Amino acid sequence: MAVTPPPSPAGAGAAPLNVEALRKDFPLLSRVVNGKPIVYLDAAASALQPRSVIDAMTRYYETTHANVHRGVYATAEEATALYERARVVAGRFIGAPDPAHEIVFTKNTTESLNLVAHSWGRANLRAGDAILLTEMEHHANIVPWMILSEEIGGLDIRYIPIDGGGRLVLDDLDALVDGVKLVGITAMSNVLGTIPPLAQVAEVAHRAGALVVADGAQLVPHAPVDVTALGADFLAFSAHKTMGPTGLGVLWARAALLEGMGPFLGGGGMILDVKLDSFRPAPPPARFEAGTPPIAEAVGLTAAIEYLSDIGMDRIRAHELALTEYALARLDEKLGSDCRIFGPPAGPDRGGVLSLAYRGVHAHDLAQVLDQFGVCVRPGHHCAKPLMRKLGVQATARASLSLFSDEHDIEVLIEGLLEAGRLFG
Amino acid sequence: MADLEELYREIILDHYRSPRNRGELDSPPAHRVEGFNPLCGDEVVLSMVVEDGTLADLKIAGSGCSISQSSASLMSAAVKGRPVGEVRQLISTFKGMMSIHEASLEHDGDGADEPEEIDLDKLGELAALQGVVKFPVRIKCATLSWNALAQGLDEVAVEAS
Repeated sequence: MAVTPPPSPAGAGAAPLNVEALRKDFPLLSRVVNGKPIVYLDAAASALQPRSVIDAMTRYYETTHANVHRGVYATAEEATALYERARVVAGRFIGAPDPAHEIVFTKNTTESLNLVAHSWGRANLRAGDAILLTEMEHHANIVPWMILSEEIGGLDIRYIPIDGGGRLVLDDLDALVDGVKLVGITAMSNVLGTIPPLAQVAEVAHRAGALVVADGAQLVPHAPVDVTALGADFLAFSAHKTMGPTGLGVLWARAALLEGMGPFLGGGGMILDVKLDSFRPAPPPARFEAGTPPIAEAVGLTAAIEYLSDIGMDRIRAHELALTEYALARLDEKLGSDCRIFGPPAGPDRGGVLSLAYRGVHAHDLAQVLDQFGVCVRPGHHCAKPLMRKLGVQATARASLSLFSDEHDIEVLIEGLLEAGRLFG
Repeated sequence: MADLEELYREIILDHYRSPRNRGELDSPPAHRVEGFNPLCGDEVVLSMVVEDGTLADLKIAGSGCSISQSSASLMSAAVKGRPVGEVRQLISTFKGMMSIHEASLEHDGDGADEPEEIDLDKLGELAALQGVVKFPVRIKCATLSWNALAQGLDEVAVEAS
């Protein structure tokens, strides 16, 4: 596990979070739903925003807004500077060696992964080429490759299997990776919370001559990440899961790799020159950012990353890991074998995502009852249907932790589950 | 938790726990149709036999939440053995009940454009599902089997013509 030096058990050395104080930073946590204070356990779907993010975006709209990379007036220059600053902040957040040239802004993680499939994939993959994914990928790291496969006449798409504990089975990795041109792997499963040994997989992949595209949507917001240690060639994540706004995604790749890739979407901002019969693309990252980008969102992402960094990603990780451990123990204590929780036990390779099945009650019904307790969880297949089939379930109810989650949240979750059990038992 | 009790009425829970007309018929001769809710992964498989203008037999398989499964069960009990014309009418009445909420949302509840009154008496036990309209996301669960039934009847009609 070389993702990040995982904070040793429950983060020894890291000062614990003052959750009570931190909760005051999130305006939405003061909401009451169905007569109950909201218990937000859906960060894996979308995180809540601290007030500093909302304020930064409002301030930007009130004082600065202009289109970027165009105007010469003061606010246009300022808007451009804020947008480009977000690129550097996002790059530094994940340890990018050359943040100004290695960060591409997209719409979300999904678009980032589609960009890789479209621009890198179309130029580098041919009919019959092999790629290797994992059985626990989100659809966003499966379907773009399938679309490409159909277009170019068929890819050999292989999968690293998972075991009963929700970990990747790497025994046959050398054979699986043989002849593969690309490995697509999640840095943390959005269903199981599994944090696979990405650096180990990347090393084997690189030895075999393959590039590695990592889906960082779940890991980047919840643990310290350093792209060099991670070993991936591409890393994608979303602003809105990182306590920033919706509508902004990030793609990191080494500058040399981006240099060699063709454009993604065509339009304004991504060209050097256009004639009636041809165009010359701009250098990266502009090459991949056609049209007016999400500027206010980039400002929001800067504020979100500053908020998280001020707290410290190692402390956030330690808090969420300790709470995962607490939740798994309490769910077991109160619900016993009636409650099946997917994924590995709490530890360095487990994030704060708790997908569960309870007494055969359908996930939708669980979530509906939990809503009456103010508890927000996500029911469904979590855009990972191949994984659902492997787990032998149609859907799970997924509770996912944030830096502001606490033991009380877990207790309310358990109370709601018990009520669902009574209702449907 | 009044809303919750309204959603999960006893009759709904009963049909969820002990679904009626469960299973599959040999196809052919039965006509088979599948319905999916891509949002939650719920699925329903209907096998139906239409004879002399009557929905002579209907079996339901598949899996899903309490609302989708009880709605399918209640539907099967309500439509089996009835003339196709009446079944179509019931589908329309049921879907009308399920769209009340959407209509009131669109019209901002000012009462100016109230949708046509639905005769809940005609729905019998099915009226138990009206609590679903307060939970818009679940309407798709409740209508899953009804849409599949409508599709199946259309397909049978095309085959026959």
